[in-house]
Amino acid sequence: MSALVRVSTVSRTYTMRAGLFGRTVDVHAVDGVSLSIPKGETLGLVGESGSGKSTTGRIVLGLEPPDRGEVRFDGAPIAKLATPQWRMQRARMQMIFQDPLGALDRRLPVAAQIREPLDIHGIGTPAEREARVRELLRSVELTEQHGIRYPGALSGGQRQRVVLARALATWPDFLVCDEPVSALDVSIQAQVVNLLTDLQAQLSLTMLFISHDLRVVRQISNFVAVMYLGRIVEYGSADDLFARPEHPYTQALVSASPAPGRRSAGRVVLSGDPPNPAARPAGCAFHPRCPRAIARCRNEVPQLASIAGDRQVACHLVGGSQVHSRDAA
Amino acid sequence: MVRFFAIRIFRALLTIVLVVTFAFVVLRLSGDPALMIMGPEAPPEVIAAFRKAWGLDDPIWMQYVDYFGAIAKGELGRSMRDGRPAIALVLERIPATLMLTLPALVFKVGIGIPGGIYAALHRGSAIDRVVMITAVAGFTVPGFVLALVLVLVFAVQLGWLPSGGQESWRHAILPVATLGLGGAAVLARFTRSAMLEVLGQPYIRTASAKGVPWRMVVTSHALPNAAIPTVTILGFMVGTLIAGAVVVESVFAWPGVGRLLVVAVANRDLAVVQCILLLVAMTMVSSNLIVDFLYGFLDPRLRAKGAQA
Amino acid sequence: MTDATLKDIAAGRRLALPKIPVSVAIAASWIIAMLLLAIFAEKITPYGFTQLDLRNRLAAPGNAAHWLGTDELGRDVLSRLLVSIRISLLIAFGATAISTVVGTLLGFLAAHFRGIVEQFVLMLADFQASMPFLILALAVLAFFGNSLTLLVGLMGLFGWERYARIARGLAISANAQGYAAAVRQLGATPSRVYLRHILPNIASTLIVSTTLVFPEVILLESGLSFLGLGVQPPMTSLGNMVGYGREYLTRAPWIMLAPAATIVVTTLSVSVIGDWLRDRLDPTLQ
Repeated sequence: MSALVRVSTVSRTYTMRAGLFGRTVDVHAVDGVSLSIPKGETLGLVGESGSGKSTTGRIVLGLEPPDRGEVRFDGAPIAKLATPQWRMQRARMQMIFQDPLGALDRRLPVAAQIREPLDIHGIGTPAEREARVRELLRSVELTEQHGIRYPGALSGGQRQRVVLARALATWPDFLVCDEPVSALDVSIQAQVVNLLTDLQAQLSLTMLFISHDLRVVRQISNFVAVMYLGRIVEYGSADDLFARPEHPYTQALVSASPAPGRRSAGRVVLSGDPPNPAARPAGCAFHPRCPRAIARCRNEVPQLASIAGDRQVACHLVGGSQVHSRDAA
Repeated sequence: MVRFFAIRIFRALLTIVLVVTFAFVVLRLSGDPALMIMGPEAPPEVIAAFRKAWGLDDPIWMQYVDYFGAIAKGELGRSMRDGRPAIALVLERIPATLMLTLPALVFKVGIGIPGGIYAALHRGSAIDRVVMITAVAGFTVPGFVLALVLVLVFAVQLGWLPSGGQESWRHAILPVATLGLGGAAVLARFTRSAMLEVLGQPYIRTASAKGVPWRMVVTSHALPNAAIPTVTILGFMVGTLIAGAVVVESVFAWPGVGRLLVVAVANRDLAVVQCILLLVAMTMVSSNLIVDFLYGFLDPRLRAKGAQA
Repeated sequence: MTDATLKDIAAGRRLALPKIPVSVAIAASWIIAMLLLAIFAEKITPYGFTQLDLRNRLAAPGNAAHWLGTDELGRDVLSRLLVSIRISLLIAFGATAISTVVGTLLGFLAAHFRGIVEQFVLMLADFQASMPFLILALAVLAFFGNSLTLLVGLMGLFGWERYARIARGLAISANAQGYAAAVRQLGATPSRVYLRHILPNIASTLIVSTTLVFPEVILLESGLSFLGLGVQPPMTSLGNMVGYGREYLTRAPWIMLAPAATIVVTTLSVSVIGDWLRDRLDPTLQ
């Protein structure tokens, strides 16, 4: 299984100015994250807001340079931001945004916007581009009538289909979806997710699917990585991870999200403040909210380590003798 | 607070540097300064001497530095026409200009600000409409048209006032009126909209809902807040005291700085033009600086923002 | 115009275009009339604008040969007025076009590069806003002499800082919004992002600003020409006519009144249209 995307220990730190005289605070948005996504597979990236999952997505796409570490796409490093090489690469990797209305230009009919990647990358003759736009509209289950409308005249779900069609115009290999359905009505979410799943299978797309919604992630992903305050705390194949979460944080997330076929007993409730990336606790960043934290968690940062199969967990309590000390599973 | 003032002073100095640079660039772009200043008929050895004296054969950056040095020492060249130092020519004209611009400023403030406040407090009334129409007229009627109309009516038709010259205080009435009317209209319109904006704020409604008498609400809440934007435009008006009367002085043959500037431009008397340019820049920058400092005292929020920026 | 005809116009306008107020309709008609006169000036002038008629010097308006009278050399005031409208509008349009393009471009550059480029543009904008433009213009004219091209270019430097500030602000917020970022990550070049996407999105605000700058350019040009430092004879412009007409203020006020009235009504009309557009298109401006 060859990886299309390989991310090696990337970090991104923002400097925020606070206080009257410009004292600066370093915010570690992403801290030593490594990932790899095999061709044709979907990796789900899960976490609360502030966990660094969107920043990770932007770094993976090369929209933002990492301070440290490296991203390789199809074996080669991603080109430097905003260079001609970087622009060329865009044809092969695309992004789906959370807010489809914001991602579309209100002053252009949507067909023109779906066509735009073809214009930008000079793909095909004008007639071929028109044909491709029709084909794309069909593939996202829209009609040509939708194509002549402006984004304002479409519903939220239709707009997200337009964004999807535009992203697929250049036959990309890799798609990053950043909360693609969280701004949509629940009833429409399922349709868009199904469409994404179908297209992913049809076109054998490789995807990074970022969401805080475990139900959606479970439905679409082969693998899942859980992020907390800029670090990956657990990684594994989707079914396995959701069935037997190891990290206390993953357990809390999974237990908070109802799912068919899983007993609702043993719900873990998180206490303490929601995470603040500007004030990262020492040791394991999760320890102030962890129901099972021990002294070691306060001082020592746990490293991501393999425990069984492809599962990796970053927790002092998991692995060795403490693997099965959980209350319920 | 210190940071706020430091930034403002730095900006003021920067503007001065920009004006000097502007003058330098324009002077160099316009041709050989030696020929420009000495005239094309000057003998070659005189030109060569001039070039040497002015360092025109030095590298351009050195000339630029020297130019700053000369200006810092007040060496602003001599007038082409009578050979006197340009700075002296300009300075002796300033009192005449101030005789017009200072009374005009008093007029603008005395009529414009109360007019604007009154119009805002009685929105939709007859006076409000008069203020608004006058304000629009003040913007669309150019100063020279207003001046000529005033001459036509008060000097030619009625014969009440002289149409030009500087013999007595009566000669100043029409120029001051021309300057004052236009400025008062602009100021009134500005004050009115600043007042209206403040009066629409929730804290004004809160104050009057609490039972604070309306007069108190206006004097202690609305006026101080409306003063902030008004001070800006006032600062600009103060800044134009020296050279704000170019057109009016020309119409009324008033021997001030503005008239000197027009004559100097027509004769391409570069030293005089450059001197006036720098003088105007200094006045503008100083008055902007004073306005910024006033802001600091009028608006504590701005102070905080400035400190953060 | 009598009250009755005003009401007729108002009624007609209300039927055809219910949303346009009377004042705006009149202002727009005036501007259109001015444009037509400017375009066809050479075709409709009864006389050449420099043609002398020495037997008919300083003829009063209202006579059959010269509707608006003649000046001190017997030149037809109406013909001169038409040509002046043409020149003044040409300068005003040319200058407004230059300052819109320059200002928008600098604003986009500031928004795109941020950092030093942005600080530099803002510094220039502050500088321009803090100096009376008339003085700067006079200084340039003193150094460079005078020509129509220079005059248009010089007037074109007026008001750019407003477009630059507006374009910069709007482009920065557009960049922070999704659509610009989305197009950029499609691989679009900066020129495509700015010209095809951001520019159409901010055009209405820029057009409104144009209507605010345009009358000031007319006033500035006429002021300079009035002082004898703008358009040079034998060419003529509105300010120029007023300037030369003032010599005959007592004997022939019509020489100066016709162009003066044209200046006032034209700037007033553009301002009225601009205010209306601002309320309709962009209430946030100013």
